[in-house]
This record gives sequence, C-alpha cells and structure tokens, in this order.
Amino acid sequence: MNSDITSFASLAPAFPEMLVAAGAIVLLLFGIFTKKERANGVAMAAVVLLVATAGIVIFHPAQGVIFNGGFIADEFARFMKVLVIGGAAFALILSLPSSRQHQLDKFEYSVLVLLATLGMMMMVSANDLMSLYLGLELQSLAAYVLAAMKRDSARATEAGLKYFVLGALSSGMLLYGASLIYGFTGHTQLDLIVDQIVMGERSIGLIFGMVFLLAGIAFKISAVPFHMWTPDVYEGAPTPVTAFLASAPKVAAMALLVRVVTVSFAPITSDWQQIVIFLSIASMVLAAFAAIGQKSLKRLVAYSSIGHVGFALVGLSSGTAVGVEGVAIYMAIYVTMTIGLFACILALRTQNGAVEDIAELAGLAQRRPFVAAMIAVLMFSLIGLPPLAGFFAKWHVFLAAIEARLFVLAVIGVLASAISAFYYLRIVKTMYFDEPVLEYAAVPRELTAVMGVTGFLVITYFVTVGGPLAAAARVASGSLF
Amino acid sequence: MMTLPLFFFYLFSIIAVASALMVIVARNPVHSVLYLIVVFVNSAGLFMLAGAEFLALILIVVYVGAVAVLFLFVVMMLEVDFGQMRRGILQYMPIGVVIGAILLLELLLVAGSFVITPEVMSSSVIPIDNTMENTRAIGLVLYTRYVYLFQAAGAVLLVAMIGAIVLTLRHKPNIKRQDVVRQTSRKRHEAVEIKSVKSGEGL
Repeated sequence: MNSDITSFASLAPAFPEMLVAAGAIVLLLFGIFTKKERANGVAMAAVVLLVATAGIVIFHPAQGVIFNGGFIADEFARFMKVLVIGGAAFALILSLPSSRQHQLDKFEYSVLVLLATLGMMMMVSANDLMSLYLGLELQSLAAYVLAAMKRDSARATEAGLKYFVLGALSSGMLLYGASLIYGFTGHTQLDLIVDQIVMGERSIGLIFGMVFLLAGIAFKISAVPFHMWTPDVYEGAPTPVTAFLASAPKVAAMALLVRVVTVSFAPITSDWQQIVIFLSIASMVLAAFAAIGQKSLKRLVAYSSIGHVGFALVGLSSGTAVGVEGVAIYMAIYVTMTIGLFACILALRTQNGAVEDIAELAGLAQRRPFVAAMIAVLMFSLIGLPPLAGFFAKWHVFLAAIEARLFVLAVIGVLASAISAFYYLRIVKTMYFDEPVLEYAAVPRELTAVMGVTGFLVITYFVTVGGPLAAAARVASGSLF
Repeated sequence: MMTLPLFFFYLFSIIAVASALMVIVARNPVHSVLYLIVVFVNSAGLFMLAGAEFLALILIVVYVGAVAVLFLFVVMMLEVDFGQMRRGILQYMPIGVVIGAILLLELLLVAGSFVITPEVMSSSVIPIDNTMENTRAIGLVLYTRYVYLFQAAGAVLLVAMIGAIVLTLRHKPNIKRQDVVRQTSRKRHEAVEIKSVKSGEGL
C-alpha cells in the first residue's frame, strides 16, 4: 500500500515533469516581484526552461512505471513529449512580438502555458484513469484561462466561456466513462484493465464506459461530432493562444487516445475501431465541406485542424503498430505545419491591426513575397502534395489503413483530401492573382525565423528529417505493442 | 421489522427528496438555496449511515460551509428576476413531463436488470477494510500511494487561482491603498491642526 518512491533517484522518469512544475512556480514568484514590463523576459525564460526539459527528454531518458502505476515513461511518451514541448515553446516564441496588441504581455501568460504543458506531459505519461483525468484537467483549465486572457475583448471572453462550458461537459462524460470502466473491471490502471477484459467476456457496461471515455477525449482533439467549439474558440481567442491551442494540446490528447485504446482496450479492438472510423470519416468530410464557405482565416484553420485530426485517426483506426507509427508521424508534421501557418498569420499586420479575412490577403505576393511564398508552401503541404511533408504524413496513415484492409476509409480520406484542396488553393489564388489592397506592416524577426525553420522542414522533409522521424516513430509505436 | 438504521434511512431520504423538490419549486431563490442546504445535510446523514463518515463531514464542510454560502451571496447580489424566467414554465411543462417519464422508465429498466459482478469487490486494488475508519484509511494512502495525484490536484488548484486573478484583478491607477510605513511614521503635528474658534463665529 506504500509508495514505490524510495529515493530521489527513483523519481528519474518524472524529472522532466518536475522541472517544468518547479520552473513554473519559480517564474510565477519571479513575475510577481518584478516590473510589469518584464513579461517578455519571463516568456523567454519559459522558452529556455522548455528547451532544457526537451533536452532531458531527448538525451537523458529514464524509462519505467512509477507512482504505483500512475505514471509511465516509455518511448511513445518520449516521442510525444518532445512534440508537446516543441509546440508549446514555439507558440510562446510566436507570442513575443505581438504580446502587447493581444494583451498577453503579462507574466501569467507564460506561467499558464508552462502549467498547461505540464498537464499535457502528464496526459502523455498517464497510465491510470485518475492521472489521465488530472493531467487533462490541468491542461484544459489553463487553456480556458488562456483563451479568455484578452479580457477587454468580448469575443475572447465569449471564446473562453464557450470553451469552459463545453470542456466541463466533456470532462463530465470522460469521468462518467472512467467510473463505469472502474466499476466493471475493478481497476483504474490502464495495463490492469486489459487483464480483466481478457479474463471475462466483454460486458455491455464496459463498452458504455469506453464510449463515454472516447467521447470525452474526442472533444479534446475536436473530432466531429464533438468539434462545435473549435471554430468559435479559435476565432475568438488571441491569435498566439490559438496557435498554442491548435498545436500542443491536440498532440497530447491524441497520444492519450492512442495509449488508452491500444493498451487498455486491445482485446475489444473491433469495438473501438468502429468509433474511431466514424470519428475519422465524419471529421474529414465535415471539415472538407464546412471550410469552403469560411471568410475568416482563423476559422478556416480551425476547420482545417478538424480535418487533419480526421486524417490522423485514419492511422489509428487500423489498430496496428504501423497505424500508430503513422499517427505519430502525422502529429509531428501537423504541429510543424500549424506553427508555421500561425507564424504567417501573425506576420500579416497593417497599421490598423491584424489581417484576419481571407479577402484581405489579396495581392500579398507583390507586397510581402516571402510570407506569401511560405503560406503557399504550407497550403500545398496541408493539401498533401509531394514532395512536401504533408504528403508523407498522409502517405503513412493511408498505408496503414490499406494494410488493415480498410479500403472504404482510405478512399473517403483521399476524396476528402481532394475536396479540401479547393479552399487551400483559393488562398493561394487570392494571394497571387488578385490586386493588392492593403499596406502591410514590417514582419518581426522572430516570426521570419519561425517561418524559415518550419518552411525548411516542410520542403526538405524527405531528404532531412523524414528518415530519423520515421525511425523514432517506429520505436515509439513499438513500445505500445 | 423496522430497525433503527432503516428508520433513519427513510427519514433522511424522504426529507432529502422533499427538499430537493422544494429547491426547484420555491418562489424565492433565497429559500431555494436554504432548501439546498437541507438536501446536503440529509445526504450527509445518508453517507453516515453507509459508513462513509469522512465523506459525510466533507460534504457538510465543503458544500454547506462554502458552496451554499457562495450561492447565497450570488443570489442576493445578482438581481435576477426569477418571475420573468419562470414565465414559460407552463408552456414547456408537457414536453418536460414526457422527457422525465422516459428517463424514469429507462432508469427503472436499467436498475431492474442491473447486477454487480461478485468478483469486482474482491478484485479491487485496495480491498475494503472494515476494521479501519475511513479517515485513517485515506490518510494512509493519500501522501504515499497517491502522492502523484495529490500533487497534480495541487497544480490544478494553482491554475484555478492564477486564472481567477488574471481574469478579474484590475490595477486601477487612482485607487487608494494602505501604506503601513506612511501611516506609522506620521507625526501628530502633520495630521492635526489646532485652531481656536471664537464663539458665535464660524471658521
């Protein structure tokens, strides 16, 4: 009944989490006792802290299950943690140049991003329904506050409130599902639940619990039909916060979903497979059609992210190691493209404020050729044209689906991808073939750097990062099967 | 045969259900909150009967002591016109009754066929130990076995606190704040001026 923590060294698998938690508290204290103008300095310190944490995760990985089965550090957690930390760090860098305009020039912003990152790392490493819930709640609560942080803007407040109410509902569903699973198996630990399922025949109560649990997680990854909050929240929240919400939390929730279904529900694969296939098809198809009519750039990105979650779920629906490998690669490429896209969106400013309408992009190629070229590259990558990174992301998940003989799913996915090409290409057309109307402000250096890095990775994916990334993803998915 | 615990079970249950009904039908919102407190106290009694004395006391401390009082403050401070909100109630009554009846029917169907697997009790991670009171049982595992979850819950509460401050605290420039040093270092001659006022004349 006692704890399995006998010495400080036995905490080694949780060192990255402990570093982020301690760092967040130190920065909170530092922020309280320094001048308000130092907020960007706190953000820089937070970025350094995240980089150091990523360094520990990459170069000093300690594996094992600690805290009496509540926490697991394995290769899959390591891969996903690097993505989560990277997404959070880049989102913080994106917020630096325009923090004043978005009212994010408070030290609490960086502290909340750090605490949300801590929650996401706990989600990725959760090996128990209770630690899963607490990690999810830590991440969500911080995200609600971040969305409403621009408190003088009615839209941001509305976004925060909407996110909070629907998020609380989804947490309730997840908890209800978890309680049913505990009630019908007698365990909350993910790897012990699976033994109970093998022993007895599957009970209807367990399936009920699983459906509620998956519904709760589907809300967090904004898969259709639990996507309603996404466009409103993404549009209303300050753009740097939207960049954060669209990147790291989705990776963490996807990692959680993958771990729960492959570890706990492996014996009832055919049951969860149906649910994941439905979520996948619905997300891909709805996003492809709903994005066509959008006028706001941020709403378009919201629908695009819903669609990409659908594509990533194609890999998971195969239920195989190859499929999970595809999901891992997809999420890595998705985070890179999302960060790059938001760097472009934040770079589009006029004297009067941010440019958020697609129509206002007219003639961007003549005024800001570099930004326009970057947007065009990212759009082609989001469509999935070779040789850009987006093509290989889709290649891996569709390959897994075909190997698992899910031909209908793969065909629908490719069709949805073709339809979605319309609204991505429309942006390229507006930028390159319409007459310019706006005078754009200068692009901050930080954003140019982020655009350059992500653009380079997306263009040269096949010759540079593609091989190592696929190898790392294979090791990661291997640790789950 | 009516035993004493059974008598108290029915007593607490009936009062709890009746007050729960009063919460939604009471005209005055303040009365609703007071009835809610009655519901909480009787539920605590039910917990006590079930042998969960820690839960019972926590329910009274947290829900009656904090949540219900907070409700009272909110209800008294917000001037909500409940008469206005109630206007459509008769119009929506039939559909509400239908939905309620369907839910009740479903609950009865589920409860009628519900069986708890006998192995579940024995296969639980922490078997229920009847020789120990549950405050002590929680104390034994909270900081050892569940230290991770305890710390994580602490982090969640920290986020809630930061969030509440970030979203509501405003530093107004011309607000008057207490400065203890200035207050205590003030001398009598700086604060008071004695004037002799002649009788029959003002200042």
